[in-house]
Amino acid sequence: MHILLVEDDPQMAEYLRKALVEAGAAVDRAADGREGLLMAAGSDYDVLILDRMLPGLDGLAIVRTLRASGNHTPVLFLSALGDVDDRVEGLRAGGDDYLIKPFAFSELQARVEALLRRGAAEAPETRLRVADLEMDLLKREVTRAGQSIQLQPREFRLLECLMRHAGQVVTRTMLLEQVWDYHFDPQTNVIDVHISRLRGKIDKDFEPPLLQTVRGAGYRLQAG
Amino acid sequence: MRAAVPTLRLRARLARVPRGSIFRLALLYVLLLAGSVGILLGFIYWSTAGYMDRQTTETIEAEIRGLAEQYRRRGLVGLTGLISERVARDPVGASVYLLVDEHFERVVGNLDRWPSESPDAEGWIRFRLREWGTDHAEEHEARAQVFLLRSGLMLLVGRDIRDLEATRRLILDALTWGLAITLALALAGAWLMSATLTRRLDAINQTSREIMEGDLTRRIPLSGSGDDFDRLADGLNRMLERIEALMAGVRQVSDNIAHDLRTPLTRLRNKLELLAAALPESSESRLLAEEAIADAEELLATFNALLRIARLESGSRRSAFGPVDLVPLIEDLVELYEPLAAEREQRLDWAAGASSIVVEGDRDLLFQVMANLVDNAIKYTQPGGYIRLAVDSADGSARVLVADDGPGIAPELREQVFRRFFRVDDSRATPGSGLGLSLVQAVVALHRAHIELSDNAPGLRVTLSFGRASQ
Repeated sequence: MHILLVEDDPQMAEYLRKALVEAGAAVDRAADGREGLLMAAGSDYDVLILDRMLPGLDGLAIVRTLRASGNHTPVLFLSALGDVDDRVEGLRAGGDDYLIKPFAFSELQARVEALLRRGAAEAPETRLRVADLEMDLLKREVTRAGQSIQLQPREFRLLECLMRHAGQVVTRTMLLEQVWDYHFDPQTNVIDVHISRLRGKIDKDFEPPLLQTVRGAGYRLQAG
Repeated sequence: MRAAVPTLRLRARLARVPRGSIFRLALLYVLLLAGSVGILLGFIYWSTAGYMDRQTTETIEAEIRGLAEQYRRRGLVGLTGLISERVARDPVGASVYLLVDEHFERVVGNLDRWPSESPDAEGWIRFRLREWGTDHAEEHEARAQVFLLRSGLMLLVGRDIRDLEATRRLILDALTWGLAITLALALAGAWLMSATLTRRLDAINQTSREIMEGDLTRRIPLSGSGDDFDRLADGLNRMLERIEALMAGVRQVSDNIAHDLRTPLTRLRNKLELLAAALPESSESRLLAEEAIADAEELLATFNALLRIARLESGSRRSAFGPVDLVPLIEDLVELYEPLAAEREQRLDWAAGASSIVVEGDRDLLFQVMANLVDNAIKYTQPGGYIRLAVDSADGSARVLVADDGPGIAPELREQVFRRFFRVDDSRATPGSGLGLSLVQAVVALHRAHIELSDNAPGLRVTLSFGRASQ
């Protein structure tokens, strides 16, 4: 996993670099926009993490330039600008995800992994499997240990999202964005109730539990 | 409602009639002009009609002096001779002569009897004159002076002033009409002028209203003539330019604050996170570190919410606007919150008046608004209560209703709940930043919508009204 981090704040960059390296990534860092663009264009990264406001050349301009020259490396924006407009602008420019400062490292890590996975597995899948939990995307059926499980449409999408990111942490915000398709800030942990309902259907009568809560980060569907 | 419409129309028509200080100024101008024109015409009258009058007086006085001189030199015979000669020379009868004795018997002259009117102190007399020898015995006026001769004889010399009077009336008529036409033209001009001025001022007013609604990019249109109004508009536009630049500066500053403060806060949070991860699981220090992370997050969330509200209130960010169907939005919202309500044993239902109710707006912000309202309703309504959402459209506007049977909000507090950090319960027992409804109001204003809190008897009813909806 080769990551380019373009961040002008040295402390922030150092923290992110350290945490990403600990998570098993190789990290290059650029301190300004021009350097970042040269590095991104010059070698083959798996993910670019760009600050939106950079000296020299801002994050949006870097992505536009890369996209215009046929470079489709996944881009995650980091920004202190948190408006809907800002995010829409970032995604329109060719960014793949947008993370608003401040964020928990677990949120960043979950999103980086999701971007990596997306780049790898673009082939259409018809079946998902985690341990003895199986999902048939064509028949829209879910079974665990051979027993059929009835899910509401939204529960099905929630489980699908978790299964596609099996083994990775999926944060609450990611679930809201991917399962409900709304970018908003819930004042309460409204997602948790949905997770506990889902857990009641897929984990309650089975062993071992697959749907784990990762404290301070989100959820993870994992065998064992 | 029906009665209100013609009233409004009438008002709109009245609004086009120039009013206010401009029209008053124009009227004052008309009055001053009328005064000046009156004085001018008075002078013209005095110097024409008056001149003719004075001319007559001088002629009569000169003639009397001449006749009196004749009488002194050549006596009665000379006088009568001269009068007869003059009467004969004037067959039209424009001049009037009469010489009488002390018994008012005619000695000579072209008048058959002495006029009954009495002369004034200077001997001037005006009397009716009957024309002789014409078919129509019309009466007209004569003006004459009476002169007493030494021997008790009285001499009257006058002029028939019919033509003079006619001319004077002609002049008076012309001047009166002149004054009337001047007044009429001045009034029309004043109306036209003030209408023009009012129209141009209205353009300025219209623009300033739009600016007050938050569109700082608006500018006052110039007519291109480079006149005073253009200079005024140009000055105001420059001022707006400056204000916009300053506002952009302020926004830049707040963006910078966001950037500059959030980055160290993020760092703080990140270091706490590293610290927490390094501490042994479920140790006391680890719990403390996690609490510190939660505190930092709350601080950042409040700060973010404030910045977000401020940016929404600046009102110019509508780039993510598009048609949004409220029906599936409400459906999604209910679907998202239903488990939370169920957990508190509350009933959450919804109803839609149509299969699709579309407004112009930002989907995520609208969802945020409804989510905040539903979240509040769930939070403040007692277990076992109900929360009801409804969306419908009527008269080209969409309405969303969020009602509950909780404790409600006292009428006197309903305006205050939109203030930043305002909490209905002073104890601050319920979690929340006190910014949820401020954000709601900012989003509502951005959508040019209207929010109203009312009594649901019991409970709270929140009504959002949007304009320009289509089915």
